[in-house]
Amino acid sequence: MERIPILKLGDFLLVTIQVDMHDQLAITLQDDLTTQIAKHASRGVLIDISSLEIVDSFIGRMLANIAAMSKVLDAQTVLTGMQPAVAITLVELGMSLSGIKTALNVERGMEILRQFSDQSYELQDANGFQE
Amino acid sequence: MISFHEVVKKNEGAILSAWIEEMVKGVRRADLMTDTELKQQARELLGLFAKAAESSSEAESEAFLQTREFLREIAKSRMDQGFTPTETARFVLSLKQPIFHALRDALKGNPSDLVNEVWASGNLLDRLALFTVDSAVEFRDQVIGRQQEEMLELSTPVVKLWDGVLALPLIGTLDSARTQVVMESLLSAIVETNSQIAIIDITGVPTVDTLVAQHLIKTITAARLMGADCFLSGIRPAIAQTIVHLGIDLVDVQTKAKLSDAFAMALSRMGKVVVARKPAAGMALGSKAKDN
Repeated sequence: MERIPILKLGDFLLVTIQVDMHDQLAITLQDDLTTQIAKHASRGVLIDISSLEIVDSFIGRMLANIAAMSKVLDAQTVLTGMQPAVAITLVELGMSLSGIKTALNVERGMEILRQFSDQSYELQDANGFQE
Repeated sequence: MISFHEVVKKNEGAILSAWIEEMVKGVRRADLMTDTELKQQARELLGLFAKAAESSSEAESEAFLQTREFLREIAKSRMDQGFTPTETARFVLSLKQPIFHALRDALKGNPSDLVNEVWASGNLLDRLALFTVDSAVEFRDQVIGRQQEEMLELSTPVVKLWDGVLALPLIGTLDSARTQVVMESLLSAIVETNSQIAIIDITGVPTVDTLVAQHLIKTITAARLMGADCFLSGIRPAIAQTIVHLGIDLVDVQTKAKLSDAFAMALSRMGKVVVARKPAAGMALGSKAKDN
């Protein structure tokens, strides 16, 4: 069965969607991802959708769901590399995905994840994180 | 019975000279086109007209195709030269009188035929004149459409303020079509320049109603989805009041009064500060210090 690979990168999980998302694939991804987060106690999830060109309301909702589920498991989700056309479509569909953090590319996404995990580790530190 | 096209054919030369005389008296605009050009056009049109009228008396028919093409050309060149649609139409309509005169001479003894032929030829020329006006208007509409498109492109520039900071100064009323262009050009500029902050400046937008606000929010949301922060700046006091009165919810949008404020915030968001040089050096080299 077709699966989207989930790569473990230290405290974070990296998911790059390189194929057209269809509904079953999205559901499988959701299952796999929640399992992996729980297994590795991951601090963050980075989903790169730079090669995703078509979205519908279902995929949009799956992305929002994945973010919400990760949140429950105490992992921050960052969505990176969304194409302009995809962004316009999601907005027109009325999905602002307000619960998800976004970044322009994987590099920036990792920065955000690192900042987030530093912040939560060093809650007692008034300055938060260091560059 | 003699038909009008026969009369026209027979008296082509006389009609042409009478027509040109007629035009020289009234319709011609010596400031816009030369006599030779006018004569050339008149001769060609009369030739086409006489030929087409032999086989048909309907201006829309196949026989008049060439005549219509020629009139379209004339309408186009007249519009370019600065003629009004009326003047363009009168070029064709002024042909009536010479033809009527010729008919009168030819059908002297037959009043009923005369009326018939005058009517038929008059009708035909009216149609052709209307067609000329239509072509002129159509041509002008094309110009207007093209200008609108050009304005659309000209009025949505995306400028780079700093490495990673884009600004989109909006000028003029925002409608759905324009917002679409604005949204697309901003989002593709974000990808191209890899910018994390975009500032939409609406100083030049005269009014903000619910629809415009909706469009702006959509653009900002789309930019956020791509991972860029979007600030809204250039909100005039009157517009701030309108926004509140209309109940538009801008809480999720970072707003600033002036573009300079938004730019300052963008720099601080990126962890950059602008510092003044030492006073003396700054004066000598032309100060780059920030004014707020």
